[in-house]
Amino acid sequence: MALIRTSSPHLHKVSRTSDVMRLVLLATLPGLLAMTFFFGWGTLINVIWASLLALGFEAAIIKLRNRPVRYYLTDYSALVTALLLGLALPPFAPWWLTLVGVFVAIVIAKHLYGGLGQNPFNPAMVAYALLLVSFPVDMTRWTLPTVMVDGGFPGLFETLGIIFGGIDATQIDSYTGATPLDALRHRGGLTTEEAWRAVPVLADGVGAWHAVSAAYFMGGIFLLYRKVFTWHGPLSMLISLTVISTLFFAVEPDAYGDPFFHLTTGATMLGAFFIVTDPVTAATSNRGKVIYGACIGLLIYVIRTWGGYPDAVAFAVLLMNLAAPFIDQYTQPRTYGHQKARRGMKGDA
Amino acid sequence: MGSVFEFHGGIHPPENKRQSNGAPISAAPIPDRLVLPFNQHIGAPADAVVEIGQRVLKGQIIAEAIGRVSVNIHAPTSGIVTDIGLYAIPHASGMQAPCIIIEPDGKDEWGERRALADFRSLKKAELTDHIRAHGIAGMGGAGFPTDVKLHLGDDHIVNTLVINAAECEPYITADDMLMRERADQIIGGIEVIAHLLKPSHVLIGIEDNKPQAIRALEEAKRGNPLNIDVVVVPTKYPSGGEKQLIKLLTGVEVPSGKIPADVGIVCQNVGTASAIYRAVHHGEPLISRVVTITGDAVNHRHNLEVLIGTPFRTLLDHSGVRRKEMYRMVMGGPMMGFAMTDEEVPVVKTTNCIIAATIDEMPPAPPANPCIRCGMCEQVCPAELLPQQLHWFAKAKEFDKARHHNLFDCIECGACSFVCPSNIELVQYYRFAKAEIRAEEAEQRKADHARERFEARKARQEAEEAEKQARRKARAEEAAKAQAVKKDAAERKETVKADAAVDVKALKTAAAVARTKLKKAEKALLQAQESGADNQAELETEFKAAQAKSNAAQQKLEQAEKGQLGAAAAPDTKALKTAAAVARTKLKKAQTALKAAEEKGQDGVDALRDTVKQLQDKADAAQKAYDDAQSGASAPAAPVADIKQLKTNAAVARTKLKKAEKQLAAAEESGEGDLAELKAQVEQLRSKTEAAQQAYDSAESGAAGAPASAAAIDLAPLKEEMEKALAKVEKAQAAADAAAEKGLPTADKMKAGVDKLRGKYEESKKAFEDAQLSNNQKQPSKINIDELKSDMEAALAKVKKAEAAATAAEEKGLPAAEKMRAGVEKLRGKYAEAKQAFEAAQQQSAAAIQPAVSPAQLAELQADMDAAQGKVQKAEAAAKAAAEKGLPTAEKMQAGVEKLRGKYEEARQAYEEAAGPALNGNAAESAVAVPDIVPDIKALKQQVSIMRTKLRKAEKALEEAEGDDLAALQAEVAELSQRHDAAKAEFDAAESRQIELAAAEGVDLKKLKVDAAMARAEVTKAERAISKVTDEDSDELSQLKDSLQLAQQRADELNATLSRFTD
Repeated sequence: MALIRTSSPHLHKVSRTSDVMRLVLLATLPGLLAMTFFFGWGTLINVIWASLLALGFEAAIIKLRNRPVRYYLTDYSALVTALLLGLALPPFAPWWLTLVGVFVAIVIAKHLYGGLGQNPFNPAMVAYALLLVSFPVDMTRWTLPTVMVDGGFPGLFETLGIIFGGIDATQIDSYTGATPLDALRHRGGLTTEEAWRAVPVLADGVGAWHAVSAAYFMGGIFLLYRKVFTWHGPLSMLISLTVISTLFFAVEPDAYGDPFFHLTTGATMLGAFFIVTDPVTAATSNRGKVIYGACIGLLIYVIRTWGGYPDAVAFAVLLMNLAAPFIDQYTQPRTYGHQKARRGMKGDA
Repeated sequence: MGSVFEFHGGIHPPENKRQSNGAPISAAPIPDRLVLPFNQHIGAPADAVVEIGQRVLKGQIIAEAIGRVSVNIHAPTSGIVTDIGLYAIPHASGMQAPCIIIEPDGKDEWGERRALADFRSLKKAELTDHIRAHGIAGMGGAGFPTDVKLHLGDDHIVNTLVINAAECEPYITADDMLMRERADQIIGGIEVIAHLLKPSHVLIGIEDNKPQAIRALEEAKRGNPLNIDVVVVPTKYPSGGEKQLIKLLTGVEVPSGKIPADVGIVCQNVGTASAIYRAVHHGEPLISRVVTITGDAVNHRHNLEVLIGTPFRTLLDHSGVRRKEMYRMVMGGPMMGFAMTDEEVPVVKTTNCIIAATIDEMPPAPPANPCIRCGMCEQVCPAELLPQQLHWFAKAKEFDKARHHNLFDCIECGACSFVCPSNIELVQYYRFAKAEIRAEEAEQRKADHARERFEARKARQEAEEAEKQARRKARAEEAAKAQAVKKDAAERKETVKADAAVDVKALKTAAAVARTKLKKAEKALLQAQESGADNQAELETEFKAAQAKSNAAQQKLEQAEKGQLGAAAAPDTKALKTAAAVARTKLKKAQTALKAAEEKGQDGVDALRDTVKQLQDKADAAQKAYDDAQSGASAPAAPVADIKQLKTNAAVARTKLKKAEKQLAAAEESGEGDLAELKAQVEQLRSKTEAAQQAYDSAESGAAGAPASAAAIDLAPLKEEMEKALAKVEKAQAAADAAAEKGLPTADKMKAGVDKLRGKYEESKKAFEDAQLSNNQKQPSKINIDELKSDMEAALAKVKKAEAAATAAEEKGLPAAEKMRAGVEKLRGKYAEAKQAFEAAQQQSAAAIQPAVSPAQLAELQADMDAAQGKVQKAEAAAKAAAEKGLPTAEKMQAGVEKLRGKYEEARQAYEEAAGPALNGNAAESAVAVPDIVPDIKALKQQVSIMRTKLRKAEKALEEAEGDDLAALQAEVAELSQRHDAAKAEFDAAESRQIELAAAEGVDLKKLKVDAAMARAEVTKAERAISKVTDEDSDELSQLKDSLQLAQQRADELNATLSRFTD
């Protein structure tokens, strides 16, 4: 056999990008199951629909870019994007909403920037933000937890009908309502305490959200254990969100939600373990990740509390995506043999 | 057991060590051919000391180290050198390099071996020399010359000796086996190293996956007096990296860009320690080493004691390689080793492992995916870098950023590549970036060097230019001052002269009038006497009155003229001469009249006789006055002209004498006339002639002795004296230096003597210089030249006149024509003489000015001076340095500096002497040619223009400049503009001062300037017109000449006025 001439190292750990992606996909399963259990078939249908669309768009754009389709398709990065978007969309989101979202995520937010690894913004979050801004009604029509609907919650086929246009939108109004976050924001003149008792979704439905959050948390812990990402980003985000919500709740409990509420409703856990940890768009160094995560936690609270939208993970993440390169410049680790870490991009080399 | 610290990152690749550490080390076969590269180490390649065909013994040196960082190479076994040439070497590039080929004879015959019985009794240097002689280089991988590392102890205090036994790379077990089997040798080597470096403790770092080796070491070190610790570290790649192991064992980080010795640590590999042991205790050079042969493609995976130079093929064959399955042949470990393609490459001093890997074992890397910035590389990087960022930067060729992210702290361990999920060959990106940056830096260094040189040159030139300018300015100022002084003096003189001249003129006129009146009266009286008129008495009274008046006027004139003598002796003498001649003529006339009267027996004879007597007196007086004036004039007047005059005088006297003698002879022959009187006349003339001749001779001899003037000082002896004094000074100085060096007590005294001599030398030098200076000043004056010129012109005019007359006479056929022609010839001769005299004088005066004027000469002198100055500065610096270092030669050097300084002063003086008159000359010339530009103003103007140029240059530079030196250039421009403004202001002030001064005297300087320029233009025009006229005799020419003269006069006038104001 002819000897090959290569450069060291001659050993590689058998690990692939696709392995990483597969792990991520695996880790979302608890969340997906919880969502399906508590909010009906909608989420599962969305995820599958989004995945199909994502694979289609990905293949098309890769072909357009003259790249090997099969090779890039099997890195599963498009599937992860689709899965995350599908989980984030309202369970009864119409089919075209998902289509637009996946198109924006895969084609515009990812491939127009150069494909995997080159996109400055998290594709799923770009799509989500775009849909939220463009179609606020459809995006905020969240499904009520199944426990809150006395019987007659749409089955699999009914849900398919709702999503793919067979059933009138007015008909689904009985299954939809505000999310707990929304409910707390628009509680009228009630105090937080009163809202917790009076608003049905807070009083009866919040358990479903807690359960879903717990599922995402479990998936996140699994990924952390598998060293798919480090603790820096998620933990700092959760801690900063906890700290700031505790601060405000301690000062005025009647006006603000408690820390546990903030941690366990909305997309907090999904964001912390599946969005903040997106390596492509996050800060690089460990210290950078800490700053990046903490700022996202802070922004989530700010936007949730004083902003115009019910949830804030997408906007907070996008804003910090913007800041990530800057953070990178100022959070270089202290290299072995150096007195202190370098700052910025210039200076004595 | 020392405590263990931690280093960041690291990986756990499959170890794959079991395969090869089961069997003990066995000896590899001696191959058919040994290939020994000249460069098996870091540093300069060694150079062959054997020849092709030469038999070498085992351990014989075959290539010698070149330079400090280089290593000897020895013959691994006995055999014949069959070739020295290019062969493939174990290098990542697969390149060829110079090698020595030895064909073993199988006898394995040792050459001379010199073991050191007791290395502890040796000096450090001897011990390191021994190690160096035995060709030991770091055997861990890099191959750094060991003796260099051991020598570091001299400059660094080493408190920790780290022995690297980590062997963190997968597959390799060479060190493991070595420790198991030869732990005592390793400890022995450590003893030698510790003896050299004297560390307070020795740490052997070993990974916990080598329990047998750990045990062996523990056993071997037992009872050893050295403070040796075997520190077991967790198995993690790259714990065997020098920096990582140091961090692990000591917690200390080797600062970036430094070596471990800088933090008091020296690191040596176990293999090296063993090699040192064998060199010191057995006298065996580094000719073999333990090599692990492993990989799935060989049947026997084991460790072999291999002769350096053994080709891989021999070892692989010996280990039962399955070539069909061998896909990758790696020298070293799988993480940092090199893949080889040629089995003929030899084992070198750094070869610790050969891996014959199958394709399944080390498959080709899959195509790289895009980096998803997962950050796994960052987590494993032992240097705590951001590998993915570095990768992005390298990919985008943003090398500055890569460097800023500490690219050069990367140790290329490959951990990042190992973990990368996208299979990016990160290390290769870093190698590429490093190479690019190094190339860039080399380029930059080159460019910087060139730029520095250019800038230094520019700065030097600018400094020189500035210095030159300053000097020029100083000189110009000096010249201006000197010029002013000179002009003052000249003006003063001229005024005096002019006054005197006016006075004398008036007196002359008066005297002439009186004379005319007297003549008239005389004539009337004579007529009356002849006719016997009545009014004779009256007339006589009248005549006498006129005579008295005339006498008075004449006397006054004489007095005035005498008074003027000092000021303007030469022109006056002429007048006196004329006067004397006139007086003589009158006397002769009167004498003739008297004779006639006596012959006729007339009445007025007495009166006439009185007149004659008076006239005689007068003539005598005039003659005397003339003689006086001449002798008086001869002293201060220029001697050259004087001598001529004296010569002429003598000639004239001789002619007269001859004439008189002829007359006397004629009279004697004819018996007519008053013989006695004639004889007396002849005698008188003879004495006069003699006197004239004598005067001329003495003048001439005086002039010959001192060309300048009678008063001129003889320079030659003075110079001689000065040189003698200098020689003495130098001699004395040398003696004093020698004495000082030897520390003799007389040194001080001698020094004092030297000083004294130097004083004397200075004195003599000064005297010489004074004399030189005064001689220079005594050059023929311009006035003299002018006079000669006018003489010459007068002679020319006479010639022309005579010629014209002669021509006219010839035309008319007059008999006198021939005579006239002769006269013309004579006159022409005189003219030629005058011309010659003038030219000689002119040349002389020019010579007085010219020699220094030569710019080339001046430049040479300046160069001399500059060179001398440079020497002085250099010597000074050297002396200073010596003094600072307290060297004994410092004093001597100082003396040398003094000497050089003296020489420099000499050169400077010479230059200034030359430059001074040159400038003066130039200034004088320019003052004559363009008197409206004063040197002072000129210098100022020049300064302004220089400043302007410099300012523009700086401004331009500023425009082009960017970045760092912007501020500096801005400052420079500001300064230059300030300086320019100052110069401009100075110039303006000077100019306005001039105008003011002129205005104060009622002159419009501007108008004057314009007028002068126009007048000059007029002159030029006239001259041109004349040159165009071809017909020489035409009226037009004379007309033109007249107009030229007029214009010239006007121009001169205007220029004179102008120069007065602009001075």
